[in-house]
Order: sequence, then C-alpha cells, then structure tokens
Amino acid sequence: MSALLSIERVSKNYGPRIGCSDASFELWPGEVLAIVGESGSGKTTLLKCISGQMEPTSGKVRYSTRAGREVALDAMSEAERRFLIRTDWGFVHQDAREGLRMGVSAGANVGERLMAVGERHYGRIRSTALDWLGRVEIAGDRIDDSPWSYSGGMRQRLQIARNLVTAPRLIFMDEPTGGLDVSVQARLLDLLRGLVRRLGLAAVIVTHDLAVARLLSTRMMVMQGGRVIETGLTDQILEDPQQPYTQLLVSSVLQV
Amino acid sequence: MTPVLSIEGLSKEFTLHQQGGTRITVLENVNLDVMAGEAMSITGQSGRGKSTLLKLIYGSYKASGGTVRVLHNGAWVNVAGAQPRDILRLRQQTIGYVTQFLRVIPRIPAIDIVAEPLIDRDVAPDVAVGRARDLLARLNIPEKLWHLSPMTFSGGEQQRVNIARGFAAHHPILLLDEPTASLDEENRSRVLSMIAEARAAGSAVVAVFHDEEERRKACEREVAL
Repeated sequence: MSALLSIERVSKNYGPRIGCSDASFELWPGEVLAIVGESGSGKTTLLKCISGQMEPTSGKVRYSTRAGREVALDAMSEAERRFLIRTDWGFVHQDAREGLRMGVSAGANVGERLMAVGERHYGRIRSTALDWLGRVEIAGDRIDDSPWSYSGGMRQRLQIARNLVTAPRLIFMDEPTGGLDVSVQARLLDLLRGLVRRLGLAAVIVTHDLAVARLLSTRMMVMQGGRVIETGLTDQILEDPQQPYTQLLVSSVLQV
Repeated sequence: MTPVLSIEGLSKEFTLHQQGGTRITVLENVNLDVMAGEAMSITGQSGRGKSTLLKLIYGSYKASGGTVRVLHNGAWVNVAGAQPRDILRLRQQTIGYVTQFLRVIPRIPAIDIVAEPLIDRDVAPDVAVGRARDLLARLNIPEKLWHLSPMTFSGGEQQRVNIARGFAAHHPILLLDEPTASLDEENRSRVLSMIAEARAAGSAVVAVFHDEEERRKACEREVAL
C-alpha cells in the first residue's frame, strides 16, 4: 500500500505575500486529515493547491491512481487533470452555490457527474440520483426542484451527493459546515462521518471549528501565518497541544 | 513469560504557554513491564499522573522522554515516536482504552456505537451487532434504549455504553481509567467479571481504580506513582 496523496514542500505566494509556505504531508487511503487555523492562516490556499484548483508557486503534489501509478499534478495535461478531478476526486465548497449548478434541477446536479464518467442510460442515472438524494436525506419528491428552492443545509447535502455519486477515492472539503445553523451542522456532520467511514474515503477537511475536526478527522494539521506549525493524531493535538498557538486555539474553545 | 508492554525511562512534562511558559513535570523515569494476562493497577494520589500514564501508552499524550513499547502483531512498536497512522493501527488491533466518559456522536444509536470497533475490524455486521446486544444486556442497558442515541441517556447509562464499546473487541492490552467509578454495586461486579474474562482471554490490563477493594479484586500487581 502506498500514500494516496503526497504533498512535498508546497508553497504559494500572492506577489510578495505568502499564502502558504513549505507544506509537506502524506495522506493514505481511508485517512481523514483536518487542516485547522484561523482566517488568513493559509489553510484554504493550501487546500486549493493540493486539489488542483490553484497552481502552487513551488512544490510537488503527487497522486496515486487506481491503477497504482503515481502522477504529478503539474505534469498532467489539463484534460487528464480535469478528468481526475471529476471522477476520482470530490470537492465540497463552503458555499454550496460554488459547487452546484444552480440553473439545473437537483437530480441533474447529481446525474451530471455520472454522465461525466460515461453513464448514458437515463433511467439508471435517475435511479442512482434518487438513491443518493436518499442517502443524504433529501426527499425523493424534491428531485426535480431547483437548488434555489433548497435550504442552506439541503444544498450542502446535495453538493455532497453530487460529489460522492461517482465513488471518488479522495474528497476535499472547505469549511463544509460553515454558515449553517448548529442543528443543521450536527446532522451534516454525522452524515459525513457515516459516509466517510462506510465508503472508506480519504478526505482533507479545512475547518476553523475544532469540534468538526474532532468528529471527522483522525489526523490534524495546525496552520498559522501560512506555515504548518503542528501535526499529529487529532486527539493528541486536542489533549496535548505543544505549540503556543495550538494551546491558545484549544483553550479558546469552551468544550471540544 | 515475555511482556506485551514495556515502558522505559518515560517522562512527561507539560509547558503551559498560556501561563508564562510554566513547566510542570508529571512523570519522571517511569519503568514498567506488563505480561500478557496480567493485571496491574496504578496507584497514587490525585495529580500523580495515573491518567497521564494511560494517555501516554494510548498515544493521546506525547512523551517528553523515554519509550513505550507495545507488542503489535508480533513486533515491537514504540508509541512514543510512532507515526499517527501506526498509532491508529495499534488502537484498532492492540490497545483498548476505557474511561468513564462516552464521547457522544449525535444521532448514532447506542448499539452501533458499541458495535463500531468490531465493524472497523471487518467483523460481519450481524456478528458485531450480536456482540453489542450481549454486552448492553449484560450491563443492564434497557433494550428500549439500544436504538436511541445516548445523547439523552443518564450519566451512568452513557458510562456503561462506553464500557460495552471498550470491551466489544478483544485487545491484547486494555487500559482502564476508573471504569467502575459511580456505578452501582450490581454493574460494578459485572464490569469486574468482564475484566476477568478479558484477562483469561490473554489481555494485559493496566488500570486506575479509585476504590481499593475493587483494585484488589481486579488486579494482582500494583505500581505506585
């Protein structure tokens, strides 16, 4: 077995300003890594660099394909990269509107990804879409509705269904519960936890919420000022933080 | 007999950066061997580092010095210094850890919480759930609660769900942090018999017991911190 994703010294500068600096880590199949830190710490920049949404200034991102071949993201053609992102990977945006096509129905949002991997049979696409709406707890009779008519929590669940329908091996999430009501958050979190465990997915989750990290992740990476300052098991970081900033972060939370 | 857990020169110091960098030394040069099937209790006054020692063995605290070697699938792994993914593998197969407190996951029913460690080992779901039912029944959790999330359970019920989860899968090393605290007489003796069964199946037990009588019943060796 080898690492699914290998990140080697990835940096991103915005002109003279540092986005993220010198980040390295490996992600193995089934692992869920949480990247935590305050706003401006570089966690979203790093997530975009490793998920092919943004070109890093320097460093390497390598992915191990289903065929067991290791590919460097920057050495792939644009077409290859887009195919990988559409099929093997998923990306859940904080704002569901960025991850959904708001102009088409909920069912089409899920079905579209299936068509991207070659499914053409309308009946099968519809029944798979229906099955996935059920799995994310959206009533089947809402399949033909526009995502505009959905609540924030439903849109987020729809975005998750759209991402998972092609059975990706790796999913990236940027503040998946940000901006949702606490009760809606809880439902989304245990739904995500269940899906990730059942499907054996690997995931990288960016969050500023330590409770989200605790519930979903097995490993954690703490960022500050664009740098990774501490890494370890999630419970170890939360119970025995070493760095001053991590201690401040953990002690600022009422209860994790 | 050879040990399954071997601790050498273990120390733990906390640096409190939020409090002017105060350093607190909790453990210094702890040496300890535990054999398969042996039960050892850790004694000492409050603040002497009993729970800290268990957390260092489990890997949720980082050691400041020394080694914590654990026999895992026939090979020694040093928890102090192992990669996170290796510690996760150790926890899944080798080291179990039971405290008084259940970390409740919203909406997951009690029966699934108990069965989860077995499911994680790829045990067939019906076998896993069967084992979970046996344990919940044994610890007197009323059957009508099994399919509810423990979110609304009483403290004692949550504690017993957590114990059931901790004993669901066999672990060659079992760490127990006051597992019987605040349980009634009947449930206490059930937990003690579960500990005895785990030992008979070969588990080494390292435990912290508040109550002296229970400590004597459960463990044959004592180490004072």
